[in-house]
Amino acid sequence: MIKLPVYLDNNSTTRTDPRVLEVMLPYFTEKFGNSASRNHSYGWETEEGVDLAREQVASVINASSKEIIFTSGATESNNLAIKGVAAMYRKKGNHIITAATEHKAVIDPCMRLERDGGQVTFLPVDKHGLVSPQQVSDAITDKTILVSIMAANNEIGTIHPLKEIGKICKAKGVLFHTDATQAIGKIPLDVEDMGIDLLSMSAHKMYGPKGVGALFVRRKDPRVRIDAMLDGGGHERGMRSGTLNVTGIVGMGMAAEICRKELAPESERLLKLRNRLHEGLTSKLEDIYLNGHPVQRLPGNLNISFAFVEGEGLMMGIKDVAVSSGSACTSASLEPSYVLKALGLGDELAHSSIRFGIGRFNTEEEIDFVINDVVRAVNHLRNMSPLYEMHRQGIDLKTVQWAAH
Amino acid sequence: MAYSTKVLEHYNNPRNVGSFDKDDPMVGTGIVGAPECGDVMKLQIKVNPLTGLIEDAKFKTFGCGSAIASSSLATEWVKGKSLDDALGIRNTEIVEELALPPVKVHCSVLAEDAIKAAIKNLQEKQANSPQAVNS
Repeated sequence: MIKLPVYLDNNSTTRTDPRVLEVMLPYFTEKFGNSASRNHSYGWETEEGVDLAREQVASVINASSKEIIFTSGATESNNLAIKGVAAMYRKKGNHIITAATEHKAVIDPCMRLERDGGQVTFLPVDKHGLVSPQQVSDAITDKTILVSIMAANNEIGTIHPLKEIGKICKAKGVLFHTDATQAIGKIPLDVEDMGIDLLSMSAHKMYGPKGVGALFVRRKDPRVRIDAMLDGGGHERGMRSGTLNVTGIVGMGMAAEICRKELAPESERLLKLRNRLHEGLTSKLEDIYLNGHPVQRLPGNLNISFAFVEGEGLMMGIKDVAVSSGSACTSASLEPSYVLKALGLGDELAHSSIRFGIGRFNTEEEIDFVINDVVRAVNHLRNMSPLYEMHRQGIDLKTVQWAAH
Repeated sequence: MAYSTKVLEHYNNPRNVGSFDKDDPMVGTGIVGAPECGDVMKLQIKVNPLTGLIEDAKFKTFGCGSAIASSSLATEWVKGKSLDDALGIRNTEIVEELALPPVKVHCSVLAEDAIKAAIKNLQEKQANSPQAVNS
């Protein structure tokens, strides 16, 4: 028996691992102290919990625990990294380089800096969603203070060549930030080997709780300094004031620990499930297209456009499967995903996309259920699609004069 | 966002899915929307040459559930109506009937446009071959 709807939206959030919940629970009850309380055992025991979590989170990216700043999540980490660097290094320069396919939590802070007089280069990506190291190198000027390129994309799963980009940044003396929210625990990350100076992460994308994240801030070669956004008690080495979310942090630590230990077998298992899903759909449906890189992508991510069928309409037809779509029929703008558009995908294929995010708790049985359900719904909707009818009649949809509205 | 039961009902049991021969002189075809906007509706009406009333209607829609439901409802509503009465169908009535939220109002606009486009197509056909009309 499988539980419906099948949860295949693990790029959006993940279920908290029971092992994570277990270590968190005592910190809601008997271990409730403020980790900043230095004068009694309530404070000491929570500080111990936070210290362990800091080690665990640092280990998953080969950092030192002193380099981990706990935050409320990746959005805050990204904001702190970008705005914090921009403010601290404004005498050195005002230019930031990032990619067109970054998460809004990177793009929007960059756009705010642009409005405030900074300069931002949004690098275009190739058809697989990749920014090349050469593009980064070419974009760097003597005013560049930061390069921010995500480790793996949240919609299409494309993995960037971090090591090569890191090398270029190092050679040119520019700080390198990466939003690793999607990549943590899914692919190996090593801030030393990859030359990363700042790295954002979130607990709830790696089977930890929501509302907690971290920012890695390099302490040597070079020592990175950032201006804090929250002023107050001077927690987290003055970079992030505010009483620590101890329960969340302890959970994030455990989540990181599990990811580090189980990364290899888990990614192998996820890749197998993804291939099963992809092959199952490809063998039963024509005119479906993979979005993102065919190989250099997160093991659990599959983003597919089902031609002639609209994504939101399709999601309604597969109500027993929880996924997300690049179609933005619900937004006022009617604009489909900017990530898919950045790949050069026609708007109609962007509207036809579904993101399947396979995670730790998915099973083969669930994947098989999803394949059958999606195939049924796509066939049902194609049967009532005027575009499919035209396609069958041999009409090239690109030659049709549409009355756009 | 949760869908209204009426949208779900039309989505799960769409009325009048299909196509008429667009070259039939008694058939009017309206295609509105564009794939890059995420909605295309094709709505066809078939007029009885003796009564001048719409005796049948069909649709095919590429779009979200609300777009499918709006066009399904539109085919139901035009049936049995004269062309003039069909032209009187307003998108606001579709919004009301399907309880569409504000972000889905454009689906109802598209359905109204599809009805108008189908009628216009039929009238243009008839103007070009008046012998087909018996009214």
